[in-house]
Amino acid sequence: MTAVAAEGVWKYYGDYPALRDVMLRAEPGTCLALIGRNGAGKTTLLRIIGGFSKAGRGQVRIFGNDPRETQTRRRLGWIGHGISVYDELSAFENLSLFGRLYDLPDPRKAAMEWLERTGLERVKDGLVREFSRGMRQRLAVARAFLHQPSVLLLDEPFTALDDRAIAVLQRLLRDALAEGRTVVMSTHQLREALELATHVALLNRGKTAFQGERTAQMVQDPGWVYAHYGED
Amino acid sequence: MDFFREMWVITRKDLRAELRTKEAINASLAFSLVILVLFSFAFDPTEKETVSMSGGLLWIVFAFAGTLVLNRSFAREVPNDCLDALVAAPISGAALFMGKALANFLLVLAVELVSLPVFGIFYNVHWTSHFWSLMLVLALGTWGLTVIGTIFSALTVNIRLRELMAPLLVYPMLIPALMSAMQLSMDLIAGKPLGGENQIWLRLLVAFDVIFTALSLVLLETVLVG
Repeated sequence: MTAVAAEGVWKYYGDYPALRDVMLRAEPGTCLALIGRNGAGKTTLLRIIGGFSKAGRGQVRIFGNDPRETQTRRRLGWIGHGISVYDELSAFENLSLFGRLYDLPDPRKAAMEWLERTGLERVKDGLVREFSRGMRQRLAVARAFLHQPSVLLLDEPFTALDDRAIAVLQRLLRDALAEGRTVVMSTHQLREALELATHVALLNRGKTAFQGERTAQMVQDPGWVYAHYGED
Repeated sequence: MDFFREMWVITRKDLRAELRTKEAINASLAFSLVILVLFSFAFDPTEKETVSMSGGLLWIVFAFAGTLVLNRSFAREVPNDCLDALVAAPISGAALFMGKALANFLLVLAVELVSLPVFGIFYNVHWTSHFWSLMLVLALGTWGLTVIGTIFSALTVNIRLRELMAPLLVYPMLIPALMSAMQLSMDLIAGKPLGGENQIWLRLLVAFDVIFTALSLVLLETVLVG
């Protein structure tokens, strides 16, 4: 079954169509890099896929189900522009909180495991507001992976990450893909994204201009997709 | 995970975050105490005048002080885009709402329970003659305030002037609950028991709480996701 399917998705902000009849598919175990210029509709599309906002027309399905269904949400992981963890709580409290919200059998154990995997075990009791930017980003990554989601939705995941956080994220994404999980990520950082991606989709002014397998040519020349299918 | 566990996870999280920073509760408590003290010096009412204005004074103070707590409820989720993480989590909108409302209820009630003795001391009023009935009215009135405040906090969370907008929307909606709570509190402080003449106000307050709680439970998902 297709992991992520967007069919004829439209989204209006007032009279402005941010998305125009977008079609998108991602199969299990694939990594789809969603690229496009600023304002092309990448974040809007990811937010609709994640169930944060509703499409004006068309539909999105995650393994055949609506993204807002509780069981579907259990299978989704999300990293957006913000880190989505609480400054007033410690790293451990944050992960335990999300472990409980995702009804993990042992939230405290899962929290400790992911603190270790992201190199934050030494600061587990430190409040997030005291963390450096890189540590906060790694905690955000741990929060998104904590419940072992089948589909990971990442909005500009490499932006503002330090080298260590990029390495952690790339390693975790490779592991996730090897385990058959699906990754959909929007990005401007083509080089990092194309190293991981198995497929590429280009959004141009709210429309899908291209979707296909990533080729060796794209890795060698990250601007190739834009040059052939980009701006009119 | 069942509804009550989901709700309690949210309540605990909100209480823990608030008690670490004490941003809202300190502001609310300080506001409440300052207004009560200032009024007592400004008007110096007689005992009879105090009793007749007690309900109005207390509930105006509670409503304004409560808004300081309620405004923060969803605004707390804005930094770091924490609201996205809550919306993405596999919990029902109803549990999210009730969890937040319960945390707000406990915080506002704490402010009120500190303010009441201060009111008694500064206005020289014996307010404990119908203590448990007054506690019931306090709980019902505070729940009404909390429910309306929490849902409008969610509704205005993405508005730039939310600190201004939320009170503008909340107070008109609260008029029936505030009128009931004021009348009942005044009667109880004056020594009249619940029942008889003031029963209609009690019914109105209970009905307000039930109706707006039910509406909020149904509407939260729409308010947050559209």
